[in-house]
Amino acid sequence: MASIHHSADNAPPRPLLQVRDLEVAFRVEHGLARAVDGVSFDLAAGEVLGIVGESGSGKSVTALSILRLIPDPPGKISKGQILLDDLDLLSLTYDQMRQIRGNEIAMIFQEPMTALNPVFSIGMQVREAVLTHAKISKAEATDRAVGMLEKVGIPSARRRLHDYPHQFSGGMRQRVMIAMALVCHPRILIADEPTTALDVTTQSQILDLMLELKHHESDASIILITHDLGVVAETCDRAVVMYGGKIQEVGTVQQIFADAKHPYTEGLLASLPAMAGPRDEQLYTIPGNVPSIMDMPSGCRFCTRCEHVTDRCRQEEPALHEIGDGQFVRCHLLEPGSKPDSG
Amino acid sequence: MASPLLEVKNLVVRYAIWGGILRHKVGEIRAVDDISLTIDAGETVGLVGESGCGKTTVAKAICNILKATAPGVIEQGEVIFHSANGPVNLLPLGRAEMRAHRADIQMIFQDPFASLNPRMTVREIVERPLIVHTDKSRKARRQIVDSLLERVGLQPADATRYPHEFSGGQRQRVGIARALSVHPKLIIADEPVSALDVSVQSQVINLLRELQSEFGLAYLFVAHDLSVVHHISDRIAVMYLGNLVETGDSEAVYRHPSHPYSQALISAVPHPVAGSSREDRIKLTGEIPTPVNKPSGCPFRTRCWLAREECEQSLPPLQQKESGQLAACPWV
Repeated sequence: MASIHHSADNAPPRPLLQVRDLEVAFRVEHGLARAVDGVSFDLAAGEVLGIVGESGSGKSVTALSILRLIPDPPGKISKGQILLDDLDLLSLTYDQMRQIRGNEIAMIFQEPMTALNPVFSIGMQVREAVLTHAKISKAEATDRAVGMLEKVGIPSARRRLHDYPHQFSGGMRQRVMIAMALVCHPRILIADEPTTALDVTTQSQILDLMLELKHHESDASIILITHDLGVVAETCDRAVVMYGGKIQEVGTVQQIFADAKHPYTEGLLASLPAMAGPRDEQLYTIPGNVPSIMDMPSGCRFCTRCEHVTDRCRQEEPALHEIGDGQFVRCHLLEPGSKPDSG
Repeated sequence: MASPLLEVKNLVVRYAIWGGILRHKVGEIRAVDDISLTIDAGETVGLVGESGCGKTTVAKAICNILKATAPGVIEQGEVIFHSANGPVNLLPLGRAEMRAHRADIQMIFQDPFASLNPRMTVREIVERPLIVHTDKSRKARRQIVDSLLERVGLQPADATRYPHEFSGGQRQRVGIARALSVHPKLIIADEPVSALDVSVQSQVINLLRELQSEFGLAYLFVAHDLSVVHHISDRIAVMYLGNLVETGDSEAVYRHPSHPYSQALISAVPHPVAGSSREDRIKLTGEIPTPVNKPSGCPFRTRCWLAREECEQSLPPLQQKESGQLAACPWV
């Protein structure tokens, strides 16, 4: 596990964030649902990392765990480490963790209408984010809030400070969320499906804004959680592909989109209607449905839907192993020494 | 064989805005503003646009279900359906008269969780249209349901299960089986795959296409996902704030969009390919107007990079463009 995700030559001295063997389980009626099962990845300073997966893959739970926002009960981070520099976030007290949230690591959510408090003006909410972490006067905090709202492109920001979330459109609300998240200059921004609820032209604006602020403002690292492979291809440096609570493939965006190795990643990419391809063709399909978290198959999580499945896949869980230059896959068929007909 | 199955002519839909403590009418929204489109038998027309553009309202107006859900709605224009007994304008029909045509025009909805009655078994759900619209015997209905379930890829044993026992993709299959049960000629599909996971989405798209050639169905495919719409549609119509801004052959509109809004919309779609970059995107600026504060003249002018004074005056008519499509912009 030590060398994971960075080959030796181009590796920065130490990743900003290291998630190690994270395991999150939820207590449900009939037992324990392991939503995230042994997830490990690194986030380098200044990097944009995409976490992709379908519903139930564990991508959002992974994100929430980093900020320790998993409701407990029923959820519980049962194992693992989340290291910010040398600090294990899982060992912090409630108050210590509050100092991390918003200050070191901030988060934006999918649905800005539910993430913003409807009974407080947006000025109050952005200012609160400042005042929680900086010992400055209210007037100064207001100035900072206005400055940030202007940066995220809220027109006549000072006048709109007293407006409430419902007076903004979806795209503008998401801008307010981004302003709240970035106002304390966090080192890591976690964006959980930040554009899923938005129209495509608005999505485009928000993604541009996030990348622009990253480059010109804070140079924060970004963890972008999404189901939209197109968004990952365009905005991320590296991507983690999750399925059934486990990482199935990790690589640079180039590796994932030009040279995906895991049958699941390949299948996902192939089942999208091609931009350039002929229209009248049948789309590739991954057979079957995403299995419920309560009855994950033994062995490889993807074995019930995989075209290349073998007996070994059904019995033995494959390990995540490197297949070259920072690209990792969890697949028996891609292990060194196995038959090369798997691609 | 291009015989029109459905002709929407100059459709206008205005919703009332209710306000005040007495809930009286305080204003109106023109949700659909003078739209005309034709769907031929056996073809797929994709209707695209962003939220609030009126695409779902068009779909509902065609099915004549607006009056039931939006009190005070005003519909003008014509929705001509070419039934076996000749053309008929559906728009003014009342509930009872409309029933005669419901079997011909069926709907598939976006949310497979909300559009299936949770207290009915799959058999009851799929059988329901047969009970309402046909006088088939119980045994005949049973056979039809069984073969439909098999056709859409469900197990015979699934007939006795309830919707909550299924995943999203399977529920959408139930919805499709229900729509097919009465042999419709036209299926209005409102965002049928947008709630589904990627790996399941392609299964449902393929199924819809297979069923189309098998049953000779025409689809009005309402969606916001352009790559999906392009894949499934013969023709595409693009809406913006209640107006039709571009319509034409799917390839023409998708490959060579003419109207600035269509260009921006298609350019904004992120491509899931290596080396995809955001650099050459068309970047729209400006706040997005809503139907309530719709700009005068061309509705897109507040965000358009080609906008000039004339755009404020009047709505540009649809005109023929190089690649064959019609677009409502004189500057392209």
